[in-house]
Amino acid sequence: MATPSGQSKIRWHVVVFLAPAVLVYTAVMIYPLFNTMRLSFFNRIDQERVFVGLDNFRTLFGDAIWSDQFWNALGNNFWFFLIHMLVQNPIGIALAAILSSPRLRFAALYRTAIFVPTILSFVIVGFAWKLILSPIWGIAPDMLDAIGLKFLYAPWLGKEEYALTTLSLVSVWQFVGIPMMLIYAALLSIPEEILEAGECDGITGMAAFWKIKLPLILPSIGIISILTFVANFNAFDLIYAAQGALAGPDFSTDILGTFMYRTFFGFQLQLGDPHMGSAIASAMFLIILVGVCLYLFGIQRRLRTYQF
Amino acid sequence: MLIRTLPATLLASTVLTTSAFAQEAELIIESWRNDDLAIWQDQIIPAFQAQHPDIKVKFTPSAPAEYNAVLNSKLDAGSAGDIITCRPFDASLALYDNGHLTDLSDLEGMSNFSDVAKSGWSSDDGSATYCVPMASVVHGFIYNKDAFEELGLEEPETVDEFFAVLDAIKEDGGYIPMAMGTNDQWEAATMGYNNIGPNYWKGEEGRNALIAGEQKLTDEQWIAPFRQLARWGEYLGDGFEAQTYPDSQNIFTLGRAAIYPAGSWEVSGFNNLVDFEMGAFPPPVPAEGDTCYISDHTDIGIGMNAATDNPEAAKTFLNWVASPEFATIFANALPGFFPLSSGEVTVEDPLAQEFLSWREECESTIRSTYQILSRGTPNLENDTWNASAAVIKGTETPEDAAQRLQDGLAKWYAPQQ
Repeated sequence: MATPSGQSKIRWHVVVFLAPAVLVYTAVMIYPLFNTMRLSFFNRIDQERVFVGLDNFRTLFGDAIWSDQFWNALGNNFWFFLIHMLVQNPIGIALAAILSSPRLRFAALYRTAIFVPTILSFVIVGFAWKLILSPIWGIAPDMLDAIGLKFLYAPWLGKEEYALTTLSLVSVWQFVGIPMMLIYAALLSIPEEILEAGECDGITGMAAFWKIKLPLILPSIGIISILTFVANFNAFDLIYAAQGALAGPDFSTDILGTFMYRTFFGFQLQLGDPHMGSAIASAMFLIILVGVCLYLFGIQRRLRTYQF
Repeated sequence: MLIRTLPATLLASTVLTTSAFAQEAELIIESWRNDDLAIWQDQIIPAFQAQHPDIKVKFTPSAPAEYNAVLNSKLDAGSAGDIITCRPFDASLALYDNGHLTDLSDLEGMSNFSDVAKSGWSSDDGSATYCVPMASVVHGFIYNKDAFEELGLEEPETVDEFFAVLDAIKEDGGYIPMAMGTNDQWEAATMGYNNIGPNYWKGEEGRNALIAGEQKLTDEQWIAPFRQLARWGEYLGDGFEAQTYPDSQNIFTLGRAAIYPAGSWEVSGFNNLVDFEMGAFPPPVPAEGDTCYISDHTDIGIGMNAATDNPEAAKTFLNWVASPEFATIFANALPGFFPLSSGEVTVEDPLAQEFLSWREECESTIRSTYQILSRGTPNLENDTWNASAAVIKGTETPEDAAQRLQDGLAKWYAPQQ
């Protein structure tokens, strides 16, 4: 018998179905996130954990030993991000445009081949590229030699001026499949009618891409940019696998992730400092938060989405 | 009949052994040396039990990278073993300060060790020693004897001879003069700076003066090793900037390089890989007739959990570890890890014996950055890696590198301020 009050009864099934996801997410994401922030307000003084307020952040930004490393890591991180934006995403879009061309043969093969590196472990990618580029066993010097360009070869990973760019490009190689797949999906969802209507107006070939397809996939490009931003500022694995926790040569490949790792867990004789490490982790979180907010409120809302 | 008595016999034997256990003491050893598990089980523990059948010993290692964390949590929870393998310096000092390790200064066997040997496991003022020194590694240069014979070269004794040898190898062109890279950085500091340095800063004398604040890293004897390192760059192989530690090992063991700046821990690994004869020479001295100094770095110690139920048995065991008998077994099972006791020990492996023989001719010291000086921020050891690599590559001058290290140290270390 249905009563009017039955409408306002708590819908328990909603709670029950949401609970597993909420609990797991809280336990493995939300709680650690806030606990890390809490930890960054403490420090260990004479074997006691003491609340120190913002002191850790004052040290991080005020003490040259820490702030130099922080700004260096942040600068390197921006360069890392910039290379991805300038190389990975345009190449990803170009590949997707080529793949979506109906005249291309073996499209499925190319698609798979380009996507495969994405599912490889960072350790494998880092190690394989270290070997490829190695001045001793690597095939890079021999290949350049074969086409008479040996003079272009340098031990890239060991030179301050090239190491970060080289690793960024390795990362681009690994992840170019992601923007390619996302854009490819977006391109496939563009209805034929629109393109045909364009053709009637004389827009074909390259012009069709620039004038019709590109505006239609802009929202996808926006999403890819923000995913790249978050992934790059959280990056750690590739640098650690290729150059170790000291991010050599001379910290030229040090990014926020490796800086945080070194501080939090310690390295060789440097003992771990969970409190300063948490302060760096919190700073990273804030940087990513600000970046994402700028994007969401500044760009995403201005992008027009088209309904077909 | 047999079938019926078997369970009864088994039962009886269980009861018997259980009661026997009750009288025996059982010692559990915590260690990170899981590579050595077989050596402990097959050689070391049986040798100990031959003398002390009433004490049972169990070796339970964990993975090296996890050891410190695992041990700390076990100690805090009160479930750690009776005997604890000690990392040198600050990691173990922290355990002692927190009351997890017992002061062993008055253990009988401690008299077998020199102060340098004990420095890795002593309180800063040297009054308490809390682990028995077990093994050290010696630094020097391993070389390809066949290559030296082919080119008619001899082991260099002075720095000038050393560079003459390097020039000769380079001139010939058949071998890379020296196998070392700067990609991983630590070799530059460990096999570079701290290998050749003690000859300049006179080993313990300089090291202690630095800790006391009487010498500075910008003094000539501390810059000089950097000056020598700056000259190494041209003798390392093409692209040494991106050469890693395993690369260097392979280049040398494949016979492509003539000299390898080394630590004695390489001995057993190299023995299995090379098909040429190897020799070793200690770091060359600046001028003929100078006393030579070697980095004889303390690496493994062994101590007693303060919360052990069997302190007497543990002390008996540690006393045995401090004895020459243990030293001989250990040194021969692991050539390249040398016992630290002052008693004479012979190692059968010729290359390891060569390293060990330098203790007779030269003064021993440990790596300059390990005791006390790497406690603060910036970390002197890590900075030394960075500076040594930069000097070898030529991106920083020896003077600038020394100045940077000194500034970093002075930032937090009161005696240097």
